[in-house]
Amino acid sequence: MSEQTRSAAAELPRSAVAVPERTDENGLPRPNFLRDGGGTLWSWLTTLDHKRIGILYMIMVMLFFFVGGLFALLVRLELFAPGEQFFGPDTYNRLFTLHGAVMIFLFIIPSIPAILGNFVLPLQIGAKDVAFPRLNLASWYIYMIGAIFALYSLVTNAADTGWTFYTPYSSSGSDTAVISITLGAFILGFSSIFTGLNFIVTVHKMRAPGMTWFKLPLMVWALYATAIIQVLATPVLGITLLLLVLERAFGVGIFDPAMGGDPVLFQHFFWFYSHPAVYIMILPGMGIISELITTFSHRNIFGYKFIAFSSLAIALVSFLVWGHHMFTSGQSEFAVMLFSFLTFMVAIPSAIKVFNWTTTLYKGSISFSVPMLYALSFLFMFTIGGLTGLFLGALSVDVHVHDTYFVVAHFHYVMVGGTVMAFIGGLHYWWPKMFGRMYNRTSAVAAWALVFVGFNMTFFAQFILGTQGMPRRYWTYPEQFQSLHGFSSSGSLVMGLGFLIMGVTLLAGALRGRVVGSNPWGSLTLEWTHATSPPEPHNYPNTPVVENGPYDFDKLVPRVDAPGEPGPEPEPAPAK
Amino acid sequence: MDTTATFWMPPSASTTAGDVDSLFYFLLWVSVFFFALIVGLSILFITKWRRRKGDTGRLDTGPTKNTLLEVAWIVIPTIIVVIIFVWGFRGYMNLSVIPANAMEVKVTGQQWFWSFQYPEGASTVNELVVPVDTPVKLTLSSQDVIHAFYVPSFRIKRDVLPNRYQFAWFEATHTGEYDLFCAEYCGSKHSQMTGTVRVLSGADYKAWLEGAALAGEGMAPAEYGGRLYESKACVTCHSLDGTPGNGPSFLGVFGHEVTLEDGSTVIADENYIRESILNPKAKLVAGYQAVMPTYQGLLSDGEIDALVAFIKSVGGEGE
Repeated sequence: MSEQTRSAAAELPRSAVAVPERTDENGLPRPNFLRDGGGTLWSWLTTLDHKRIGILYMIMVMLFFFVGGLFALLVRLELFAPGEQFFGPDTYNRLFTLHGAVMIFLFIIPSIPAILGNFVLPLQIGAKDVAFPRLNLASWYIYMIGAIFALYSLVTNAADTGWTFYTPYSSSGSDTAVISITLGAFILGFSSIFTGLNFIVTVHKMRAPGMTWFKLPLMVWALYATAIIQVLATPVLGITLLLLVLERAFGVGIFDPAMGGDPVLFQHFFWFYSHPAVYIMILPGMGIISELITTFSHRNIFGYKFIAFSSLAIALVSFLVWGHHMFTSGQSEFAVMLFSFLTFMVAIPSAIKVFNWTTTLYKGSISFSVPMLYALSFLFMFTIGGLTGLFLGALSVDVHVHDTYFVVAHFHYVMVGGTVMAFIGGLHYWWPKMFGRMYNRTSAVAAWALVFVGFNMTFFAQFILGTQGMPRRYWTYPEQFQSLHGFSSSGSLVMGLGFLIMGVTLLAGALRGRVVGSNPWGSLTLEWTHATSPPEPHNYPNTPVVENGPYDFDKLVPRVDAPGEPGPEPEPAPAK
Repeated sequence: MDTTATFWMPPSASTTAGDVDSLFYFLLWVSVFFFALIVGLSILFITKWRRRKGDTGRLDTGPTKNTLLEVAWIVIPTIIVVIIFVWGFRGYMNLSVIPANAMEVKVTGQQWFWSFQYPEGASTVNELVVPVDTPVKLTLSSQDVIHAFYVPSFRIKRDVLPNRYQFAWFEATHTGEYDLFCAEYCGSKHSQMTGTVRVLSGADYKAWLEGAALAGEGMAPAEYGGRLYESKACVTCHSLDGTPGNGPSFLGVFGHEVTLEDGSTVIADENYIRESILNPKAKLVAGYQAVMPTYQGLLSDGEIDALVAFIKSVGGEGE
């Protein structure tokens, strides 16, 4: 930004709108990180720009979301009716294993931190990049190597152990390519650790002047809490999977009782990572929801500090609840009691967030832009996901519903109804920032509606299946479960169609959507007020000086900046 | 308590099921209340304060903090979850503390069937037969990987481990037949590792025990073998129509040459079949995994005779 435009911006009523130095033939600002900073494939593959790395991640992660989604649809098609529909049990067992492994390790764990976190975190704290740009690029390559190992298992002799790799089935029972998919997950863990490490240092050391901890956007708090878990918990998974490989490849007896091991030990190790990992998945989503609800309610967040500290509370307590995956596995009654109690305690910070978000809607100025639709559906579905978690924490009820479709429905409500809704909402929110262009609202809303209806059809039916006693990971099932399974499978097709339309809409928007200005939503965080859309390669020509909180809508009037048409059209006043 | 299924729950047929269901419905209503509260308020707020023209610059938005409110929505949910925790833990202890006078059944899980040994010496496969109104203690163990013993109508589930005994108990309150599932994924035929719990009146149970001792009496050996083929779960892996499963089909096997894993061949005669039942890994047929468990101790000599006769008869039809 030149000296002149900067002083002009200062004259705006304390809500600067980033003005590009110049624009190109389409009206997009130049320089911007998409076009300037190298136009070759090589320049992308060697980029150190956090925004470009975020987009590299996005291409791969969305590809795996598509692959994992296909597996899910095949699983649901097979379950439409009992007996063999399309595949035999061995193929089915591989399909659900791959669905889980791909969705967990290749999609949902990297989704928000590696894509949106990478793109947004430095922008939101007013930094030029993350603390270790080379490490950031390295983590993408490590992700790719891990993905290749996982794919190798897929194309050779796809694993059929379930994504949880329970021993001794995984160590000596299954004759599939368990080692390569396990090594894949092991390698992917390092990618996750490096990203987390990078974010922790970035948040500590790279904040712009005036960006105190309590002026951080809640997205940053959430990513910071997530990063702590990534760094502390992921090594345990790494060690566990390595032990599994040692046992399987070299016959070192650790988990297999035939070799003197203990199979339940594996479950302890596995869930010691994988339960905190659930929060690696949901916490960043919660961060996005805080951003969306404030921006589209045009209102300061209710209970900033409670939301920020509840993220940290979740990060800490999440390490102490792993045993709730094993209430039927023969732990001592004392351990069972402790884990149940702590599980209920970890529910409280999530409840605090939901109450604060709901109250933030009170006396707001709410616009129903596409990201807000996703945020509202998050509130709806995450509440169901959270409340059904209480059933699973309650010991005697858990004994009945453990390892049934109730659990399947519960974690899909949290992971898809929660994380994926937040992720997709976040994509729709930051899309114009990434590409400087807006997607088509009508088809985006249609996609949202299909996903919302399809998702609830698919998974609400599964709660009833579960309480009725339908075990999970079943290729076939007794006749009495058919109508609910059929309903669930029909819903999955609706949801699949919704996601497909969503993908096409976003892609078309990025390529051909109308050009928007730097702040189409009228947000107050730095990436909207101080950076162009798309941002320039180094984010900010001058380091921003932060004076206000991220959601000070009660003090500032942000300028909606979207040349051509305004971004979120205000609703016309109803005729009185 | 009754034995009809409801919208949410399968029939309730054990002494401990009632308490589980009460807690379940308590949780359900707590959930409905909070869901309605959150979604109801959200809908109210977004309708009432939706953005209207000229609304973009409004600064008089709602409050941003209220400590009393925050404390309220921390304390009230905490009290509720502590109630749920205590209730759930008490129910769990009911499931864990086994009555001293319980009748003991040994349960063995293996890929992919259940077998049961009764104190009187009888044994069954994939069918647990118990008397009504009698506490039954189950001593569970696995021959291979982890399984889980799950009877939805009794609301009991317990993982079945290969390296230690696990215990569960129930007291059935109604006669009838109830589903039994394996609830821990155990490989290829996990979804077919199912069975039935048959709850009989005391007198019927006695009669069944006596009948079990005389099973096969008055039946042609091949006919009895056919029944055992179903009840001892051979059917899970061995078809009768030539389709290969986890094991070779029985169709046309008897008296014919079989190629083994090491390339050698044997004639599938009476002794080969007997050996394959009792020591399945000794002469493995080429193209199949060594997954079949031994039936040593699960079949009497008479039952093996009957199975051999049955396989012979299937072979005959295949000619």
